[in-house]
Amino acid sequence: MAKGIWVIIEHHDGEVRKVSLEILSKCREIADKTGDPLVAVIPGKDVAALADSVAAYGADKVILVDDAKLEGYTTGAYTSALSKVAKKEEPAAIIIGNTAIGKDLAPRLAQRLGAGMASDAVGMEHDDANFLSFKRPIYGGKAFATVSATSKPVVATIRPNALSLGEADAGRKAEVVNEAAEIDADDLKAIVKEVALVASARPELIEANAIISGGRGMKGPEHFAILEACADTIGAAVGASRAAVDAGFIEEKFQVGQTGKTVSPTLYIACGISGAIQHLAGMGSSKVIVAINKDPEAHIFTLADYGIVGDLFEIVPLLTEEFKKLS
Amino acid sequence: MNIVVTLKQTFDTEANIVLKDGKIDATGVNMVMNPYDEFAVEEALKLREKDGGEVVIVCMGGADSEKAVRTALAMGADRAVLINDPALDASDEWVRAEVLAKAIKDIPFDLLLAGRIAVDDQSSQVAVRVAEVLGMPSVTSILKLDVDGGKATVTREIDGGTETIEVPLPAMLTAQKGLNEPRYPTMPGIMKAKKKEMKTVTLADLGLNAADFAPKMTAPVYSLPEARKAGVVIAGEEPIDAVKKLVKLLHEEAKVV
Repeated sequence: MAKGIWVIIEHHDGEVRKVSLEILSKCREIADKTGDPLVAVIPGKDVAALADSVAAYGADKVILVDDAKLEGYTTGAYTSALSKVAKKEEPAAIIIGNTAIGKDLAPRLAQRLGAGMASDAVGMEHDDANFLSFKRPIYGGKAFATVSATSKPVVATIRPNALSLGEADAGRKAEVVNEAAEIDADDLKAIVKEVALVASARPELIEANAIISGGRGMKGPEHFAILEACADTIGAAVGASRAAVDAGFIEEKFQVGQTGKTVSPTLYIACGISGAIQHLAGMGSSKVIVAINKDPEAHIFTLADYGIVGDLFEIVPLLTEEFKKLS
Repeated sequence: MNIVVTLKQTFDTEANIVLKDGKIDATGVNMVMNPYDEFAVEEALKLREKDGGEVVIVCMGGADSEKAVRTALAMGADRAVLINDPALDASDEWVRAEVLAKAIKDIPFDLLLAGRIAVDDQSSQVAVRVAEVLGMPSVTSILKLDVDGGKATVTREIDGGTETIEVPLPAMLTAQKGLNEPRYPTMPGIMKAKKKEMKTVTLADLGLNAADFAPKMTAPVYSLPEARKAGVVIAGEEPIDAVKKLVKLLHEEAKVV
């Protein structure tokens, strides 16, 4: 019988990604209720050193799937290796972050396991009838759908920043086991030729605690530098509205909205953004929203927690200076 | 080169969402082709213009989905298959993938394209699941595509950058914004689209039995987010005073900086 909650751990430069720890924290609470073992599954190369940090966040058991072929992520190799271990271990749930890797891997893994899946959930709870239920935003966050699986395992991806990070307990220990990565040749058809990471000291948009975004009011690409300067004083990421992207001010990968990234930072500062429903869909779940706009009638003021009616070109540099004083 | 594009009709992204009897109410909502599917259709048309072949649209949905399918045909796709069966109303991603894969298998193709996500249910699963059912590689969220002989070279978005992947055909690729600029249907295109083949099929037509496709997920229970309220708006003050006030609020009241 299927038992155990699996969290597939993502890591980068020898550190476990925050979203993986957020998921572990929440699953620890659930596992305490259900009595299921909480298992951290770490795919990659030379990953044994990560076991202590996942144990500290609540894993009872760590499965290392350590293989040179898993050093960089590929859909095929990860699906092959993890699906085989899952078939052997029969977990009741397999959870991963809704990151570039999680989004790509989870549906493929779910299909191979014949499993149902909840995508991009912002909440998960124990459910008496179906083990786990997942609350997920739909229509860009204009509504939620709560779903659970009628069979096991259930696969789910969880949005970064949606679940709270628990306290690490360095004294916690977990049983650590190794599982061989068995990878079918058929799963190695796609070959990664090149990985181009853009060196940035700023956090990833989807994982950032704070985001400062610019809209049409930024007037041109050259002005985003004032947002960047402000962002760097508080460790924020820089984002943009569709209007700013469509106007060619900034690359698409910075777009927040229903046809861009969906984010839920602690602090979201919208500069020169009117608050089109398209944009609100992508950032409406932010904990605190600040609007800076010269139009007092801008829709964004109807839902911002704090706002300044004023010229962003005056306000933002002053904000940068004031933020500097805090640190 | 023959290309199949899977397509979905969705609410316009400007639509407000209203619940009626616990369901999402579509009354009065403008229906459009899923915006990400437009990138997939455009990419397919560009490839056909270069290499010849046929672009076939495969859509799952009710009879009203014909609107989005006709739009794709008006953009230039050659023909379409609409899978319309009331048994699919209560389907999940697993069911939809199994059924789509069955319909696609009968169409000769070298490349399968889809949008990376549908803006309604946002599940972003079905295309990848279809690739798995058909036993072919999938590459998601692509920003650039070059097809040469039997292989595709694609650039895809990853956290913190991009990666370039070489994949043999047939393969399934999902389109991210930035891949291209979708064309608008022209008047002659719209006229021509009316005469293009759009075949509607049921599960039985595909040789499938609805009883074999019990969803693996429960029917969604819908809810609406709590409306946000307007907070403190600082207006009519000197910029420096306004900023000092804001930072004080963020620091002492909201405690976020």
